[in-house]
Amino acid sequence: MTAQTVAIIDYGSGNLHSALKAFERAAREAGLDGTRIALTADPEAVAAADRIVLPGVGAYADCRAGLDAVPGMVEAMTDAVSRDGKPFLGICVGMQLLASRGLEYAETSGLGWIPGDVGPIRPSDPALKVPHMGWNTLLPARSHALFEGIPTGEGGLHAYFVHSFALTPERPEDTVMRAEYGGPVTAAVARDNVAGTQFHPEKSQRLGLALIANFLRWRP
Amino acid sequence: MLKTRIIPCLDVKDGRVVKGVRFEGLRDAGDPVEAAKAYDAAGADELCFLDITASREARGTLLDVVSRTAEACFMPLTVGGGVRAVEDVRALLLAGADKVAINTAAVKDPDLVARAAEKFGAQCIVVAIDAKRVSALGEPGRWEIFTHGGRDPTGIDAIAFARLVAEKGAGELLVTSMDRDGTRSGYDLGLTRAISDAVGVPVIASGGVGGLDDLVAGVAQGGASAVLAASIFHFGQATIGEAKAHMAAAGLAMRLDAPAEPRL
Repeated sequence: MTAQTVAIIDYGSGNLHSALKAFERAAREAGLDGTRIALTADPEAVAAADRIVLPGVGAYADCRAGLDAVPGMVEAMTDAVSRDGKPFLGICVGMQLLASRGLEYAETSGLGWIPGDVGPIRPSDPALKVPHMGWNTLLPARSHALFEGIPTGEGGLHAYFVHSFALTPERPEDTVMRAEYGGPVTAAVARDNVAGTQFHPEKSQRLGLALIANFLRWRP
Repeated sequence: MLKTRIIPCLDVKDGRVVKGVRFEGLRDAGDPVEAAKAYDAAGADELCFLDITASREARGTLLDVVSRTAEACFMPLTVGGGVRAVEDVRALLLAGADKVAINTAAVKDPDLVARAAEKFGAQCIVVAIDAKRVSALGEPGRWEIFTHGGRDPTGIDAIAFARLVAEKGAGELLVTSMDRDGTRSGYDLGLTRAISDAVGVPVIASGGVGGLDDLVAGVAQGGASAVLAASIFHFGQATIGEAKAHMAAAGLAMRLDAPAEPRL
């Protein structure tokens, strides 16, 4: 494996520490020794990276404001993704930010890379609690390199979710995985070199480390 | 399908586990990070640290424990104890906590829950409710909020308070029966059920687990989404795996993924 750098974007949100450690361990366990992972708030470092990760824990509007508060960051991300075709992974609110807009607290524009809205989860069974919190299985909508070798379906491995809002892509083919929670909840999306997971790979033990390793090897 | 969570809880004081943990193969039973790794390897669904350090000055020690745990364990971590302001929530999240539990401060100022939820999202704000039954035997259940480890009554009705903080933006409620805590006589299922029925957010049952049937009852009768226990796991009465197998046999949906390789 040739050397590569991964930029985890630090925009004042998210559990960056555990994301960093999970990526380091996944790279080590996958034998990707040339992989260098950096937390960065520097758009130039994002522009120079081979792969980009946008984590996100928090409220949608607050995360969007945090991203906009770093001068040049959205531009650097957009160039890297749209012009240079670099692999990009959004996690939780980082995935939701890929959408056209978020409807949490206030209507907020997203990046628009995966057209669709982020709205509240409304399980059909009123006994089901919101947030959708805990370990759920993943139901494949289509195959994708990020999930290669990972057992999915009811008997598969579990992913850790904690969210009250979910992205509904406009284009059905952008959905890669769903979870069942009083109706389908989008669990993973992808289009071209852009992917996102609603669940937290950095908190999902075996499934999470395997997915991160797949991302580090992904050649979209 | 979403699974019922088992959450071992560690009381931490000045950076050390207070009740002690008797695991085989644990290098240092008083080190919360070692205990966290053991629970991670055993397949715990989440982990909870409750900091009972009295002094404000020792806060840095807790942040260090959280940070070292987050480096080694890729599972969700809730941290509570001494959280008084939005800045405390931020510091814990940055150190590596996934959820932060607010207790006394939420009783004093329920708007703190709203401010924290607006800043960090409801999903990471847990309100810890410590309640005691105040109704007489045979009367309909009534519970009151107590603070400071169950010593100080507040006159606040526990069910009304649960509704209030859920409205303010708590993403989850950790409901502890102060009558049952440490008694090993089972959860106060009336309390758990009353709160679970009153709110739309997940409830964690806590306080009083003496055996594996208590975990089942917390979900089946108490309506809890997750069950928290300390002693039965710390002292080796049951493993996480045994607890899960027991709950699955009782018909509850459990996560039975083979645990990760132990890394002790």
